[in-house]
Amino acid sequence: MTIAIVCIAGVGLVAAVVLAVADKYLSVKEDPRIGMVTAALPGANCGGCGFPGCDGYARALVAGTAPNGACAAGGDACAAEIAKILGVAATATEKRVALVKCCGTRSEAIRVGDYNGICDCNVAAMTAGGDKGCTYGCLGYGACANVCPKGAISIHDGLAKVDKRLCIGCGKCVAICPKKLIELVPASATIHVLCNNPDKGPSVRKVCGVGCMGCHLCEKNSGGKEAGHFTFQGFLAKVNYENPPTDAQIVAKCPAKCMAEDAHFESGH
Amino acid sequence: MKTVKSPFKFKGGVHPDYNKELAREQPIEKLPLPAELVISMSQHLGAPAKCLVKVGDFVKRGQVVGEKNGFISVCVRASADGKVKAIEKRLGPAGGKADAIILDTTAKPDGEEAAAPVTEPILPPLDWKTASREDLLKRVEDAGICGMGGAGFPTNVKLNPPPGKRCEYLILNGAECEPYLTADYRVMLENAPRIRLGVEIMRKILGGPAVRIAIEANKPEAIKAMEDAFADIDGNVEIVVLPVLYPQGSEKHQIYATVGRVVPEPPALPIDVGCVVENVGTVAAIADAVELGEPLLTRVTTVSGDAVTTPKNILAPCGTKYSDLVAFCGGEKVPPAKVVSGGTMMGFAVSTLEIATTKTTSGLLLLSPKRVTQYASQPCINCGRCVRACPMNLNAADIAKAVEADDIKAAEDAHVMSCIECGACSFSCPAYRPITQFCRRAKNSIRARMAAEKAKAAAAAKK
Repeated sequence: MTIAIVCIAGVGLVAAVVLAVADKYLSVKEDPRIGMVTAALPGANCGGCGFPGCDGYARALVAGTAPNGACAAGGDACAAEIAKILGVAATATEKRVALVKCCGTRSEAIRVGDYNGICDCNVAAMTAGGDKGCTYGCLGYGACANVCPKGAISIHDGLAKVDKRLCIGCGKCVAICPKKLIELVPASATIHVLCNNPDKGPSVRKVCGVGCMGCHLCEKNSGGKEAGHFTFQGFLAKVNYENPPTDAQIVAKCPAKCMAEDAHFESGH
Repeated sequence: MKTVKSPFKFKGGVHPDYNKELAREQPIEKLPLPAELVISMSQHLGAPAKCLVKVGDFVKRGQVVGEKNGFISVCVRASADGKVKAIEKRLGPAGGKADAIILDTTAKPDGEEAAAPVTEPILPPLDWKTASREDLLKRVEDAGICGMGGAGFPTNVKLNPPPGKRCEYLILNGAECEPYLTADYRVMLENAPRIRLGVEIMRKILGGPAVRIAIEANKPEAIKAMEDAFADIDGNVEIVVLPVLYPQGSEKHQIYATVGRVVPEPPALPIDVGCVVENVGTVAAIADAVELGEPLLTRVTTVSGDAVTTPKNILAPCGTKYSDLVAFCGGEKVPPAKVVSGGTMMGFAVSTLEIATTKTTSGLLLLSPKRVTQYASQPCINCGRCVRACPMNLNAADIAKAVEADDIKAAEDAHVMSCIECGACSFSCPAYRPITQFCRRAKNSIRARMAAEKAKAAAAAKK
């Protein structure tokens, strides 16, 4: 019994000495700022910055290879804190949030078939382009909602809606949407065009009651082409988020009813 | 020439209701020229053709309106005289949108009298016996011929094996294992001499391979017609009578059933085991292209199903709208619950009759509510029926479960890329699981990943 205790204690002592020596001479010097920056980041590990998680971004920041301000989730407050730690100026960022550019709910946009396959937008899109008459519109099978790390997207009446307050702007939904109709827009912008169909007016109206017809009225009502609040792709108006319109009047005057003053769904969390 | 029973039987397969009696006794009828044609630039497998005309142009029947655009691609010719009304993206039978020429066939150029029907051939006829192999291949390419069985692989590419590979067997696919479809069956009955001529031309192009004509046992008249047509042919020609089993018409399974060879996993092609498989319709089209100088402008399409007044086999120009085909059959008997482009097993449900036929449209089915069941998919009960049904020896249940859990890697490890999407697994599943759809999803993701990796490698090589 005594021998056993002495043996174990001896082994422990020798190992402790070896470890103490190894810690002193073989230690890896890590910049303590990495830990501090990681702590300052939100820790969502969303990957929206383009780095593998918050730790990866922190390392890149300390190494000086990443701009301070790529973290959409942390926003300006986070950037300012990191600037304090690292002593570099924060590039001004604006919080960006996802916007689903479609407002064709089940009652407005026609469905051309009964889809009873796998409940996933990407699979539905593979099946004859999906069951929605408009081949550009939101299918509402929730691929974006499933991939959202914050649970900010929910499906309402066959349409994905983003909760602006929960969205951290990571862009995962943008990447997964088969119709490519989700866009990251500045959170401060209030006026949006909620349509993704660049076809001519009559063919849009055939499939959706609230599709953009490309009538240019929004442009005219917001000060004309020179004001530069809108750009056009085919017969589809797009808000120029570099210079977004602010006059809520144009929303009311839109004959197609494809514009919204604040399109983001507030879920009341 | 002799008739033999199929020496090999592949594992798996299913027996769906064939329902061929609806249209099998209907002789091929020619559709009067529709007032409007929709000629898609993407009628074949591979890169879509490049549109050569603009709105307002008058085109002649047979004029090249879409130029071959890449190695795996074929040209598109106008199926009729007419004026280009519009060029726009139109929904194709498989769901994707592609550029299409909308042709007004009633318009005449100003100041021109109603032109007499053109009697001279579009391409100069060739004498296949004296023409060189290269000339014949060029003709197949110029005529815009692609596989008419469904996939639409460019035929001139198939008939020109890469160096080092030799075609030992030319297999004629007359199985037509898809339910309802009878287009190939009617072609075999009515155009047997053309098929024989096509075989002789193809034999010359491919350097004299043995010929196997594969027909399912439930088509005795077609077997008889082929026996008569090929009675006095010399060389190694056999008619192989296949057991009635879906998917007997699949290229790989037909090769196994007739010559006992197994095509390895993709990207291997039948030519890697010395075989070339062609649909009987394609063979007849080759004969027309060479002997008559007639490019591939029309094809036989079966319009069937219990919601159509008179099911018919119709010879229609490529680009005929489905609505015109249905009208020619006397319209709808009852409002259809489902419209399928192709057969019921591998065809695509379509949402509108405004879609137009292509070179590969073998059938159009209108099914009444009685024939269409609505169901909800349930969890897998591990019964293994899909595994037994899979003709590719895949574990379809595991693949579906992996894809459901978003584990595409596991699906890839389970060889999902070998899946031929025949639908036997979904057909046999008692839990109504859309297994084929899961496989298709996995294949799409894997293909997208491969394409991204290839682009990345190409970019890295450039650097």
